[in-house]
Amino acid sequence: MQNNTKKIKFIVPLISVFLGLLIGGIIMLISGYKPIEAYVALFQGIFGGSYYIGETIRQMSPLILSGLAVAFAFRTGLFNIGVEGQLLVGWLAAVYVGIFVDAPAIIHIPLAVLAAGVAGALWGSVPGILKARFKVHEVITTIMMNYIALYSTNEIIRNFMLAPGERTENVKESASLASPFLQSITEYSTLHFGIIVAIVAAVIMWFLLWRTTLGYELRAVGFNQHASQYAGINVSKNIVLSMAISGAFAGIAGSMEGLGTYQYMTINAGFTGVGFDGIAVALLGANSAIGVILGAALFGGLKIGALNMQAIAGVPTELVGVVIALIIFFVACSYLVHWLMNRVNRGGKI
Amino acid sequence: MKKKLGLMVTAMLTAGTILAGCGSSDDGKSSGGGEKKDFKVAMVTDTGGVDDKSFNQSAWEGLTKFGKDNSLEESKGYKYLQSTAQSDYKPNLNSLIRQKYDVVFGIGFLMGTDVETVAKQQPDAKLAIVDMVVKGDNVANITFSEHEGSFLVGLVAGMQSKSNKVGFVGGVNSELIKKFENGFKAGVLTANPKAEVLVQYAEDFNKAEKGQQIANTFYQQGADVIYHAAGGTGMGVFTEAKNRKKNGEDVWVIGVDRDQHEEGMPENVTLTSMVKRVDQAVYEVSEQAMNGKFPGGKIVEFGLKEDGVGIAPTQENVEEKSLQSVEDFKKKIIAGEVKVPKTDAEFEEFKKNLK
Repeated sequence: MQNNTKKIKFIVPLISVFLGLLIGGIIMLISGYKPIEAYVALFQGIFGGSYYIGETIRQMSPLILSGLAVAFAFRTGLFNIGVEGQLLVGWLAAVYVGIFVDAPAIIHIPLAVLAAGVAGALWGSVPGILKARFKVHEVITTIMMNYIALYSTNEIIRNFMLAPGERTENVKESASLASPFLQSITEYSTLHFGIIVAIVAAVIMWFLLWRTTLGYELRAVGFNQHASQYAGINVSKNIVLSMAISGAFAGIAGSMEGLGTYQYMTINAGFTGVGFDGIAVALLGANSAIGVILGAALFGGLKIGALNMQAIAGVPTELVGVVIALIIFFVACSYLVHWLMNRVNRGGKI
Repeated sequence: MKKKLGLMVTAMLTAGTILAGCGSSDDGKSSGGGEKKDFKVAMVTDTGGVDDKSFNQSAWEGLTKFGKDNSLEESKGYKYLQSTAQSDYKPNLNSLIRQKYDVVFGIGFLMGTDVETVAKQQPDAKLAIVDMVVKGDNVANITFSEHEGSFLVGLVAGMQSKSNKVGFVGGVNSELIKKFENGFKAGVLTANPKAEVLVQYAEDFNKAEKGQQIANTFYQQGADVIYHAAGGTGMGVFTEAKNRKKNGEDVWVIGVDRDQHEEGMPENVTLTSMVKRVDQAVYEVSEQAMNGKFPGGKIVEFGLKEDGVGIAPTQENVEEKSLQSVEDFKKKIIAGEVKVPKTDAEFEEFKKNLK
């Protein structure tokens, strides 16, 4: 039985991805594009050479972290929709430290990443405190905090850190995660060392949740608040802590952009979308550390492959957006897939 | 139950945000035919997308025209890649270079750093950037003589102002916007030496309310025409002008970058606009590259002569005699008889010679 549920856990996302691709193909066919050619371009755009692999890994790094952020909060029964906002404040904090602090790389990089984590944690703990003390629903507060983060960071950049081109200066060399070595072995992709940070974060999340008392308490609160309280667990404390840790992951996701991909922060006209994609990544990965990495790989791959689909097969990126949305749709409908599978199984027996 | 509901909410939100970025991209089918050439050009849009009704769209129109004129096949001989996020710029530029496009255009200054890095990494590629100057021997920098276009709309403002007072609202006080200001002032004074030009900078390109405030002050002080070179801030100038027009005041706005006639509707407050012909510039540079004269490492300035700037095609509010004068001075500027000032110092010089 245990084995069986594990299997299902693994199979359901696979079927969902397959259904998404299938229906996406049908839509492409109807819109007059060639699905086979498009999917070939998609897979080439993910695996077809070191350049594409480099880009995919680069795209994965922030997605892993934002996925971890969502998954972590979810384990405590909280929906952190505010990853986007926490990511933005983390991005700003990382870039700030990257520009205005002087230190050798061995101190500078960890310091900047840490600053991003702390900023994200503070931003995330606000909805946590509101939830714990006043029972304000975290979905609403985190969404609103996203907007506050977006416009506040823009205003701070505009007033204190503006450089030509609606952005900040570049971070100092010593704070940069970019690596000429990684770029040269991947034919000048934008690959940077951020992926290491992301994987370390995934290990930390796993360790924290499954190997510490704190993690046990957090998960207990997630399963049943009232029972946890009865068992003597401080539910309020755990809610705040969970949101703060979740926010820290999100903030570090921001540092991936600030120290790795871009080396600066721009005045954002809208959300980056990385935070929201994190929700889907966590969902795909069933809120486990390893699942999040796999989910991020799928998501990052699709995003990078989408560019190639546009470039080679002429399929608009919008349509790839539709395919990705369909995949999430089917994962969210995993109950439907379960139900279908049960029907089929039972049908076979009778 | 709560969990299921939460799952659905999250799924919906996610799908929503992913879909939110989607617009329509109905590109016409290529006409093809004729002899095929080996030349390939492409452009990368910034996050505004190819149908932004501004410079991305204009650039694509220019590229399409170039492709048709040279019987290139769409999405083989000429094409665009759309960027949905800033992180797409570099992969998109790289992707086109890897597909061996002869020239790759980066549209808009937002892509400046990316174009510069890619150019350094791919020394054999030819790149071009619009509205920005970056380092690199293989990058053509496309800029515009905004002061010449501003001079022409300044003439119109000077001739059609009844109060002999006009205003200029700038976005951010910078070398670029100074070109607009000085060109405009020179135009106004040439047409109407008695006129006074009020100047103020909003120090922001995205604050409509600030634009409205400044416009309010200017109109209050008796100005009846305001030229804005302030992007989103300029929208506030339109709002203020429309409000005043509704109350029966005779006020005008001069638009910038493209034909802003529509922004002035339904009160019809747009006198004219100073347009930047990005399409023309993209076309020219593509042609130069095809003929083996790619202006790598150079700054290519598009002025009146190259048809890179000018006044908008919608001219219903412009009087006949103003149009006549615009035509006259256009010829004089092209012939070099009139030199339009760009900087404050040049403007002072210009003013002295006027008297």
